[in-house]
Amino acid sequence: MTDVNLIINEQIEKYGRERQALMPILQKIVADKNYITEDELALVAEALDLSAADVYGTATFYTFLDVVPRGKYVIRVCKTISCHMSGKDEIIKTLEKTLGIKLGETTPDRKFTLLQANCMGWCHKGPVMLINDEVYPELTPEKAIAIVQEYIAK
Amino acid sequence: MEKNRISKVDLIFENDGTLVNTVLDKVKKMNPDDIIMEMIDSGLKGRGGAGFPTGLKWKFTKAENSYDKYVVCNADEGEPGTFKDREILDRVPEKVFTGMAVAGYAIGARKGYMYLRAEYNFLLKGLIKKVEEFNKLLKDKGFDFNIEIRSGAGAYICGEESALFESIEGKRGEPRNKPPYPTVAGLFNKPTSINNVETLVYATVIMKYGAEKFKEMGTKDSRGSKVFSISGDTPNAGIYELELGMTVAAFVDEFGDGDTKAVQVGGASGICVPRKKFNDMIIGYEGVPTGGSMMLFNSSRSMYNVLKDYLEFFAEESCGQCTPCRVGCQQLLRGIEAVKKGEKDPSYLETLKKLAQTMKISAKCGLGQSVANPFISIVDNFREEIIY
Repeated sequence: MTDVNLIINEQIEKYGRERQALMPILQKIVADKNYITEDELALVAEALDLSAADVYGTATFYTFLDVVPRGKYVIRVCKTISCHMSGKDEIIKTLEKTLGIKLGETTPDRKFTLLQANCMGWCHKGPVMLINDEVYPELTPEKAIAIVQEYIAK
Repeated sequence: MEKNRISKVDLIFENDGTLVNTVLDKVKKMNPDDIIMEMIDSGLKGRGGAGFPTGLKWKFTKAENSYDKYVVCNADEGEPGTFKDREILDRVPEKVFTGMAVAGYAIGARKGYMYLRAEYNFLLKGLIKKVEEFNKLLKDKGFDFNIEIRSGAGAYICGEESALFESIEGKRGEPRNKPPYPTVAGLFNKPTSINNVETLVYATVIMKYGAEKFKEMGTKDSRGSKVFSISGDTPNAGIYELELGMTVAAFVDEFGDGDTKAVQVGGASGICVPRKKFNDMIIGYEGVPTGGSMMLFNSSRSMYNVLKDYLEFFAEESCGQCTPCRVGCQQLLRGIEAVKKGEKDPSYLETLKKLAQTMKISAKCGLGQSVANPFISIVDNFREEIIY
C-alpha cells in the first residue's frame, strides 16, 4: 500500500491536488503494479477529494487502466481490419498455445495476460502486438513465439 | 493538379536542420494577425479528418478575450488504417512542437498540451526529452510558451476534441455538447485551438515557404498536400505524402494490386468507394475526404467481414453516453448478422440504413454520426455480399 501513496504524492506534486492529476496517477499505478485494486482506487479518491465511484467510473472508461488482476506482461494483439486481414487470429491461437491460456486470461504465475485491442496504428505492418509499451509489428507465428519466449526467460 | 495521376510531395519529412530556428525567428518578428492571415490564405484545412480551416480556428481563438488560452496537439490518432501521425512524431517531432509554438504565438496562448495515445507510449520517453529541449529553446528565443505531454489510456473516442479535453481534465472521455466550440470554451473551459499533428507540421511548413507555395498544390477546395496511410491489399503499404485532388482511380493505379475492388477512404468512419466509382471520386473535400487512411480491398475479401469488423469497432469504442450511438452501433451489427444468417429478410437492410441515417443526425459527436458513412456505402455497393 505504501508505494501507491508514494505514486499519488509524486503525481500530486507534479500536477497539483486537482482532478487533472487523476489520469497521471492511475497511469503510473498501472505502469508500476500492472493493475489498480479497489482499495487503491479508494486511496486515490481520498487524496483528490473525489468520490470513489467517480474515480472507478473514470478508470473503467479507459481500456488501458486495468482494474482487474493482470500479469506482469500484458500482451495486446491488434484485432482491427488490417491486422485481421493479415492473420491476427493465427497469432492469437499461437500465443494461447504457447502461454497455455485463452484470450482474456492471465497465466497462473501472473506473468502474462493475453488480450485483444483495437487499432494501434501499424496497419501497414500487421499483425502487430503490444507487450506493455513495447511494439512488435510484422508478426508471424514463429516470431510471436520467439518474442514471448524471451519474456518467459526474463 | 493533374487529377489522373498521383503526385508525390516531400514537405512533412523534408530533411531541414535549420527549419525550427528559421521559422521561430521569422514568426517572432511577425504580427500575430499577419500569421493568421497567412494561414487563412494558405487554405490549410485540419488534417485529422474533419477539415476545419486552420487559420479560422486560430482567428476565432485569438479573438476571445481570456488571460488563459491553450494550444492542444491532438496526437490521439486512432482511426483504423491511420498511422501517419505516429510516423511524424517519430521522425520530425520538432516540426510538430514548432507548429504548436507558432499557434501559441498567434492566438496568445502560453501553454500547449500534446495528448498522445497510449498505444504510442513507446515514443513517450523520447518525446519528453525532445520537448524539454524545445521548451528551453523557446525560452532562449523569448517565447512565453511551453509544451507538456499528456497520455491517453486506450480510448478511440478521446480523439474527439471535447472528449480529449475531458480526458486531460481527469474525467471519462465523453464528448461535450457543442456549442460552445473549443475556440470559445475548450480545455479547462478556456479558449483552445486544437489541431492535429500533421496540421501543425503544415503550419510550420507554411511559415517557412509562405502560403503561395502551399496553395499552388491541390484544388480549389483541397489546397496543398497530405500524408496518406496506405494499407490493405497493396504491394506498397506505408506512408506517402501526396498532392490532394487525385481521383481514386489514379490512386489505385499507383497503389493497387491489380485486383482492387474497393477503397475505404478515411478509415472505419470513412466512405467505401467501389471499383465502378473510382474514376468519378476525387480524394479531397470536394469528393471523399480523408484523415489519411486509405485501405485497399481486392476481390478475395468479403465486404461483409469488412463492415462487421468496423461495426464491432464502433460498438466497442462508443462512449455509451448518447442513445443513438450506444444502441445504434450494436443494432447495426446485430442487424447485418441476422440478415447474413437468414433470420431477417434482406429488406431489413433498408430499416438498418434508416437507423444509420438517424444516428447521423442525432448522435452527439462525430463517432456516432459517421457510422452511416461505411454502413451505407458498403451496404449500397456490396449488397449481395452482405446478404449471401
